[in-house]
Amino acid sequence: MVDVIFLILSVSAVAASVIALQARELIYGAVALGVALLATAGLFVLLDAPFVAMFQVTVYIGAVVVLILFTIMLVKREQWIGGSYEGINPCLSVIGGIMVVAGLMYAGWASGLVTINASEEFGITFLQIGRDMMSGYAPALILAAITLAAALIGALTMAKVEKEG
Amino acid sequence: MMESLLSYFLVSSILFGIGVYGVIAKRNAIRILFAVEIIINAANLNFVAFSRFPPSPNILGQTFALFSIALAAAEAAVGLAIILVAFRAHDTVDVSQLKKLRG
Repeated sequence: MVDVIFLILSVSAVAASVIALQARELIYGAVALGVALLATAGLFVLLDAPFVAMFQVTVYIGAVVVLILFTIMLVKREQWIGGSYEGINPCLSVIGGIMVVAGLMYAGWASGLVTINASEEFGITFLQIGRDMMSGYAPALILAAITLAAALIGALTMAKVEKEG
Repeated sequence: MMESLLSYFLVSSILFGIGVYGVIAKRNAIRILFAVEIIINAANLNFVAFSRFPPSPNILGQTFALFSIALAAAEAAVGLAIILVAFRAHDTVDVSQLKKLRG
């Protein structure tokens, strides 16, 4: 059963990622990106990480995809179409992507990942995340908060329409 | 069988490869941002998967994935704002035509 769910989720994540990059209309691409992120959230649930899955859904699908949709709406419609927007030779870039995958797979195979299977229960709850973030990672949490605030203020300042004269 | 680290690693490296393809092949700035998001997503999947499986299942990977997701949101916000400003200044989001980011 878990195998079937894993297969469905991973195939839909990969397919939706391809659609996100190849869809003719940019807006369908944004929706497909949302589907890919949702499928990854499902994979997080399979990995016993429900909190990360929830965070992924709220932050990515709730904020990032909506932000992307608004940006697409603000950009002119002629700019959405991806047909003439291929960069350097698409074949070369496909080969580049496949080479990256092959290299990663070789690294995974060479380091013996095949032998590692999930057998035992994952006895750690997400309460531990809260404890970690509030104790050991408190400085990192504060830094992340400051970074987020600075990035959002910067984005607002940049995107603000300045009145002429 | 499927519940092995290798299967998650396979999915994550395929997602990473798709993202690399997008960054190389696409010229539309918004599409390149999609590709970067896919790459970050693959990295998050790896963080969580590697911390779930033996020899040492722990919570560190999930904590890192949370930080990574938060910073990816900041990156997306700034990236989209830059794309908007560049679009206003140059009337295009084609990165091969954006020779300079000066208004």
